[in-house]
Amino acid sequence: MSTADEIAKLIEPTRGRFGEFGGQYVAETLMPAIAQLETAWRVARDDASYWAEVDDLLKNYVGRPSLLYHARRLSAEVGADVYLKREDLNHTGAHKINNCIGQAVLARRMGKRRLIAETGAGQHGVATATVAALFGLPCEIYMGAEDVVRQSLNVERMKLLGATVHPVESGTRTLKDAMNEALRDWVTNVSDTFYLIGSVAGPHPYPWMVRDLQSVIGREARRQILDIAGRLPDALVACVGGGSNAAGLFAPFVDEASVRFVGVEAAGEGVESGRHAATLGAGRIGVLHGSKSYVLTHEDDERMGQIAHAHSISAGLDYPGVGPEHAAWKVSGRAVYVARTDDQALAALELLARTEGILCALETAHAVAALDEVASIVGKSGVIIVGLSGRGDKDMVTVAQRRGALP
Amino acid sequence: MTAQLRAAFDNAAKENRAALVAYLTFGDPDPKTSIDIVEAVAQAGADVIELGVPFSDPSADGPSIQRAMERALIAGASLPGAIAAVAELRRRGVKTPIVLFGYYNPMFVMGPATFAERAARAGIDAVLTVDLPIDELDELAGPLATYGVSVIPLVAPTSTPDRIARLAGLHAPFVYYISLTGVTGSRAAAPVDPARLAQIRTASGSPVAVGFGIRTPDDARRFSAVTDGVVVGTALVDRVAAGDAAGAPARVAELVRALAAAMTRS
Ligand SMILES: Cc1ncc(COP(=O)(O)O)c(C=O)c1O
Repeated sequence: MSTADEIAKLIEPTRGRFGEFGGQYVAETLMPAIAQLETAWRVARDDASYWAEVDDLLKNYVGRPSLLYHARRLSAEVGADVYLKREDLNHTGAHKINNCIGQAVLARRMGKRRLIAETGAGQHGVATATVAALFGLPCEIYMGAEDVVRQSLNVERMKLLGATVHPVESGTRTLKDAMNEALRDWVTNVSDTFYLIGSVAGPHPYPWMVRDLQSVIGREARRQILDIAGRLPDALVACVGGGSNAAGLFAPFVDEASVRFVGVEAAGEGVESGRHAATLGAGRIGVLHGSKSYVLTHEDDERMGQIAHAHSISAGLDYPGVGPEHAAWKVSGRAVYVARTDDQALAALELLARTEGILCALETAHAVAALDEVASIVGKSGVIIVGLSGRGDKDMVTVAQRRGALP
Repeated sequence: MTAQLRAAFDNAAKENRAALVAYLTFGDPDPKTSIDIVEAVAQAGADVIELGVPFSDPSADGPSIQRAMERALIAGASLPGAIAAVAELRRRGVKTPIVLFGYYNPMFVMGPATFAERAARAGIDAVLTVDLPIDELDELAGPLATYGVSVIPLVAPTSTPDRIARLAGLHAPFVYYISLTGVTGSRAAAPVDPARLAQIRTASGSPVAVGFGIRTPDDARRFSAVTDGVVVGTALVDRVAAGDAAGAPARVAELVRALAAAMTRS
């Protein structure tokens, strides 16, 4: 089946919404740009030549398909048959590049001459800077000043790739503030600028478009598991920040009722501590960055409706919002969402390193940390696919500090 | 409460000038002083007050208003506080129509119906929600209408004719035309095309106020010649921050008097 045919089978939002979630809660100035993007996406989505261009770059530049690896020692450890979908092996080291390739090809088709993006961990910033270099487009990246410090290696990578990195000093100086600043840039330069959003967040059509572009993870995994194990998996497990790697893995399996979806959010220092990023687990419905979804927001009189600080050891999960399709999956029960703490993520990162020789990103480690719970549901003979969203090089300083090896 | 707002624009028109819409952030530099500032601004000749509700993530605002909102939040300002402030201004006898300006999440978390009921009771005339374009406006405009509170829609340079035509159904007391693509306070106002304003006025059936980048009495004079209303925000917010809290009401009122004087068309 062609990519366009596979994509056509994925669910389309209805009037920009997944159930009650999504929509276009943005300033009027941006509405025509978003309408133009939606139209361009509808055309591209149905166009075999668009997918031919994207698939060619995914194969020959990104290195797809990514491996589906049977992790036997990890399986023995957690008590189920675990397969790792190795997005960490992609060029630039995470799933983020899948989305960037697709949006950059779209930007070029639309004649947009300048790319902007927000980034948290820096993975999306690096992936955007990479495609900008590849396409010869100027690129500006907004990154919270706190993340600039936490992820300094990625800042250098972006600069080497020719991007300008703007540290954002407002608000909590993290991903949400970077997104605010990128929106301000877009409002100002809307005629020639393409805003390359890095997750399934933001106004419609972004949650839909980014999920479709990331669905290459699930579309490949589906073929691979049928090939290797001869059957569908019992569960899919992925970490959820904005939710793009999880949505990309889950979406092609939506109609397979026997396949459980488990999203793993960051519990930070513990959900009860108040310092966490478990948006679906502990948040409520609200409106942030253009869509209605679950958000971490205050409800008391003094701070009513102000966005709460998110916290996670992993900058990529440190976001007080989440994609609207996940909100819809939570409400319908199609997916369940659990949370793992900083410490549990760190232990899982160590476990994966020791059992399989794979150093994953701290974001990814949250998914690994939920494996024993999922294994206890699917049982010893159960098959689990984990989205191994990224590699851990960027986190080595944080990990070394946590282990006491660095000050 | 469309009537009071319409009356403000009609009055100004009768006096051969544009209406002066003065934006201030509630809670900046602190809730108590900001109430005094609004009272002083009303007395200094503003025809309409636009009172900003501080939000943690003001993605459509430039640095001046962002910082004002940060100061306000640190000083303890909130949506319930802003509503209470309007009630207090009405108790003090301020009759000037007040438009509450803000982002949707605080209103949504309060609950659109509760928000509408409390806003009406406090004496708020209209609500302008930056991140509720006409496509999403119903979920708030509906409850507000139940309590007689109107909505003020935004029109941008990028707005297409079909989008502008949809405003007619709102019967808005006025329409806010953003004179440039960008965030608040980013650049000097570009001249607006009177034909564009006429088109918006005709299509929406409402008077048009122009804002973004209008700072000085000179700017105000130029815009007053072509529009029904002139919105000044960042320049007033900068005045608030340009000295101590005690002097803020007088500092801001001084600029408002100069702006009001510049409105009369020659
Ligand atoms: C490796 C990795 N995994 C996961 C995420 C979280 O993003 P999402 O939930 O959109 O997949 C990030 C974000 O930076 C990341 O770098």
